Amino acid sequence: MSTINEISLVLLKGIKVTLIVLVFSILFSTLIALIAGLSRSSSNLLINKFTGFYVEVFRGTSLIVQLFWFSYALPGLFNIHLGSDIWAGILAISLNYGAYMSEIVRGSIAAVAPGQTEASIALNMSKFQRMRIVILPQAVRMMLPEYGNYLIQILKATSLVSLIGLTDILYYGNIYRSTHLSEAPAVYLVVLVFYFILALPLIAFTRKMEVVSKKGVAQG
Amino acid sequence: MIWSWEVFFDVIPIIFKGMWITLGLTIACYLFAVIFGFFWLLMDQVPSKVFRWTVRWIAEFIRSTPPLVQLFFIYYAWPMVPVVGVSLNPFAAAILGLGIHFSTYLSEVYRSGIESVEKGQWEAATALNLSTSQKWLKVILPQAIPPTIPMLGNYLIIMFKEVPLASTIGVVAMLHLANDYGAQYYKYVEPLTVVALFFLLLSYPSALLIKKLEIKFNRRFDKKYVTES
Repeated sequence: MSTINEISLVLLKGIKVTLIVLVFSILFSTLIALIAGLSRSSSNLLINKFTGFYVEVFRGTSLIVQLFWFSYALPGLFNIHLGSDIWAGILAISLNYGAYMSEIVRGSIAAVAPGQTEASIALNMSKFQRMRIVILPQAVRMMLPEYGNYLIQILKATSLVSLIGLTDILYYGNIYRSTHLSEAPAVYLVVLVFYFILALPLIAFTRKMEVVSKKGVAQG
Repeated sequence: MIWSWEVFFDVIPIIFKGMWITLGLTIACYLFAVIFGFFWLLMDQVPSKVFRWTVRWIAEFIRSTPPLVQLFFIYYAWPMVPVVGVSLNPFAAAILGLGIHFSTYLSEVYRSGIESVEKGQWEAATALNLSTSQKWLKVILPQAIPPTIPMLGNYLIIMFKEVPLASTIGVVAMLHLANDYGAQYYKYVEPLTVVALFFLLLSYPSALLIKKLEIKFNRRFDKKYVTES
């Protein structure tokens, strides 16, 4: 038991970085997803195609490749230094999951029954009013369960930032393992449990939102 | 540092060698996950409630913790586990680690496929006096499998994009080669760009193909099986 306590104390040092990366990635990727998803539903061909290009590039390549690209290639190529590696990590995760999540936004907007659009046109609403008052409130409900799933995915993705040298939970786990080789199973089990504890509220959120999303959406 | 086309074209053949390893590893992991996914479904059929509850939480645990840590566990920690621990080579560890991680997702795909078949179908099959195996083989599975095929395809692409994680435990695939090259000549931009391009070239057409499949199966599914009043 004492080794587990010792390991937990070491891992706690990394929880701050994991949480910072998690919170900022969630904020930015949600913002990106909303903007990109709305642009994808736009009838303006230029905006639509440009966003489509962004989405396909970031969904088509692997997150870990993007992470290395942002942390090694970006400073070298354009002499852009993103302050510290933590921003490279947050940027890579946000752009990657923003691209994935924009597809939920687009899909949910498309899934709102066409009669709703027609009805709001009949009520003489402007395009903006239609989106804000009628379509989005229904679409957001549909997005929520998938959104919760992606939040768990983002949490799992934050473990990758240890590969570019950020001192998160996994980083401290690796450090501890390198000095206590025979305790490797305990170390990684405790790391897994740490991530699971962080995921529990997100799992609960997803389950709750599955119930919420079934109410208040016009069918057909 | 400036972008150099010379380096760019030089690394293409180097990275290309790693592409076959990435593809092979993807297929091996995927097959493992597809087969092991049934294991979770079977475990869910055990009558004991406590057992089912335990299995579900184990699956939830595997699903919601990082695959990278699971890879490290299997590669670095498994040999230290008393009694059952064996040392695995990086390939086997990657197949096992990523395979188990994704099997928990695939079991959900199977479950949703089975649940998408309407209850009436089972009742009708009972009314026709079919045996249990006949019900599954002739009525339920032919309807449950088509809607899962696009989702299974999606997971193949997702798997492909997760395989570079194996480079962290020493599988010499695309990303590993790119990082080696970068460390050797201090040129990261070109090799990493080549890797990204390879991923894009392979995954984007497959994604389009799966979209087509989705439309095809949905249409077939609608026409053949769903009779709405």
